[in-house]
Amino acid sequence: MLEPPASDAFTTPPLTRKRKAAEATLVHNETTAATEASVALSPAATGTPASGNSTRKKLRSAEQDPGTDSTSGISGSFSVPARTKSTDLNTPVSTTMESDEDFMSIGSSPDDFLDTQGSDVESLDDFGDDFDGGFSKDKDIIATKRKPYEVESSVLSPEDIRQQQNVQINEVSSILKLPPESSAILLRYGRWNREKLIDSYMDHPETTLEEAGLGANTQVNPRTEKIPGFVCDICCEDGDDLETYAMRCGHRFCVDCYRHYLRQKIREEGEAARIECPGDTCNIIVDSKSLGLLVTDDLKDRYNALLMRTYVDDRDNIKWCPAPNCEYAVECPVKQRDLRRIVPTVQCDCKHYFCFGCTLSDHQPAPCVLVKMWLQKCEDDSETANWISANTKECPRCHSTIEKNGGCNHMTCRKCKHEFCWMCMGLWSEHGTSWYNCNRYEEKSGSEARTEQAKSRASLERYLHYYNRYANHEQSAKLDKDLYLKTEKKMTSLQSQSGLSWIEVQFLDTASQALQQCRQTLKWTYAFAYYLARNNLTEIFEDNQKDLEMAVESLSEMFEKPVPELANLKVDILDKTAYCNKRRVILLSDTAENLKNGEWTFNVDW
Amino acid sequence: MFATKLERPPPPGITIVKSDNLEEWQMDIQVLDSNPLYLNQIYRLKFTFSNKYPIEPPEVQFIELAPTTETPRPIPIHPHIYSNGIICLDLLSSAGWSPVQTVESVCMSIQSMLTANSRDERPPGDKDFVSYNRRRPRDINFFYDDDNV
Repeated sequence: MLEPPASDAFTTPPLTRKRKAAEATLVHNETTAATEASVALSPAATGTPASGNSTRKKLRSAEQDPGTDSTSGISGSFSVPARTKSTDLNTPVSTTMESDEDFMSIGSSPDDFLDTQGSDVESLDDFGDDFDGGFSKDKDIIATKRKPYEVESSVLSPEDIRQQQNVQINEVSSILKLPPESSAILLRYGRWNREKLIDSYMDHPETTLEEAGLGANTQVNPRTEKIPGFVCDICCEDGDDLETYAMRCGHRFCVDCYRHYLRQKIREEGEAARIECPGDTCNIIVDSKSLGLLVTDDLKDRYNALLMRTYVDDRDNIKWCPAPNCEYAVECPVKQRDLRRIVPTVQCDCKHYFCFGCTLSDHQPAPCVLVKMWLQKCEDDSETANWISANTKECPRCHSTIEKNGGCNHMTCRKCKHEFCWMCMGLWSEHGTSWYNCNRYEEKSGSEARTEQAKSRASLERYLHYYNRYANHEQSAKLDKDLYLKTEKKMTSLQSQSGLSWIEVQFLDTASQALQQCRQTLKWTYAFAYYLARNNLTEIFEDNQKDLEMAVESLSEMFEKPVPELANLKVDILDKTAYCNKRRVILLSDTAENLKNGEWTFNVDW
Repeated sequence: MFATKLERPPPPGITIVKSDNLEEWQMDIQVLDSNPLYLNQIYRLKFTFSNKYPIEPPEVQFIELAPTTETPRPIPIHPHIYSNGIICLDLLSSAGWSPVQTVESVCMSIQSMLTANSRDERPPGDKDFVSYNRRRPRDINFFYDDDNV
């Protein structure tokens, strides 16, 4: 299992569970032995086990029948699947399975939900492409369970990931009646989209196998052989004692060369999932069984680690935690296309908060695209250019950049000797006798230059306004972090000075964490606000931002007080911490709601 | 373990110039048809072998010998050959390489790459690449996006 049942109940909303349950049941119907033991109560599961495509479709339609023993004895969440279902019944059965939505909704009848509750086959792993993040049409359900800015996610350990793979490999293996190592290659080829893969295999088994790098020949147990008169094509070695190996493609090489080849691919090139036969232009993939026969154990470990990496890379709904040395991955159903409407911040078991969309650290409330634009803007030279245009002028003739550092308005370009007026940028010769006192404002050439400059100035000022605040919070968060490192010391000395117990000084730790988190949020509110067009919503946003900022600053101030005063401030700090957290929730909820509903107006296209 | 399979005489248009050690070989190649771009020209290829050859691909590039020398060897014009002699050919990358390939087969592939070409041009960005590139060919990530030439 991916996670203990208790935490599952906590993190997985009924909707998701329902879907997973539906999947599990479907799988059960399709497979015979693999999942049999796991579904205990399923009325649907008593149907004839089947493996053919047509039978699957029949079963699927059968599942549309309203459940008979659905709702009894199950708590409040039950009304929800029932409600969803009534609409689903109107959906025609998709015969091609191209529509993910259809598949999901058909399977999600209440009895399916009942069936797999508490069973062992929850297939948490299987929502694949079929999952839409759960917030698009069911937001009323989610809202009661989660705050608007939170997303569902679960943390996977390497062992979980390995199991997820194996479960899927075994399932496909029993459905398609292929050996597990071939199913693994197929699944990797199909990027773990089981449904599409099975359909593609059912429709064109040979083409699918061919394209996946499997070839149509049936698999025999791999073994090395001695072939009299054999000459290895790689090393030109011959001899009747030479151990040789060939996969089903028949390209035979000596075992030594094969080993060197595999070692090179795995060790040096970091390849695992798509190691092809050494033969020229042969696309057959080296399967795990062949590999197991040929390479040493240390290489196998590396191979498996690489496979795990490919697995996570292949799955859009799983990402590695980006924290240094963290070996966990996080699973989250939010898709790339949803990133315009949601900022999916997830927390890893290592305590690191990061955005599932872009794997940068938590940047709520700003959506990924804006974050990217903002970081780009802060990094590139566009603001340097802005400074230049705000503070310098170009020679009207040769366009050299000139910064005026004193003197009169009569400019003579040092480069091209062009004479012009600094004020109006017009020709100096046209100034006649009104030297040093330019009154030629109406001149077109000059006024254009001036408005351009004013625009640059305004834009720079605006950017700097937001950037300074953004950078300030970033800096303050760093300082607070230093403080946090000192917090522990503080807590110890507070214990000894005021006689408080360890548990009684934990409020400092809580406060410090709240500070960090709120600063992180505040920092990104400024980047977000930079891209917001002015309207009433923006005003509300800025009010929320102000409230949070003031609360954070005053908490920060209290936090910095000398240790003896801290004991007396405990209640205040606790209150302020709670207040900060509350303000943060309000700000994020409000922003997330508006983002989800597309209410924000931005001053950029994205 | 180490052999280069050039026991029989090389195919037409390919001659061995230097093969006295196992680190570097030089080959002369010329096209066999009357492609005006390469007519009557001989080009020199340099093969550099690592100790992992043939599991790992060799480094292959054209080298230039000045027109004033006895054996002038220019860099052939081709949309996949940079003017410093570096060749963009997926066969020579670790992903496209097969240990079954040999010096001979590589030469023939390059020969046919020239024969098939009718475009009198260098790769896009050739100038920048040639002046800034300090990497060895094996460390460059080419994108093999063009299967036509």
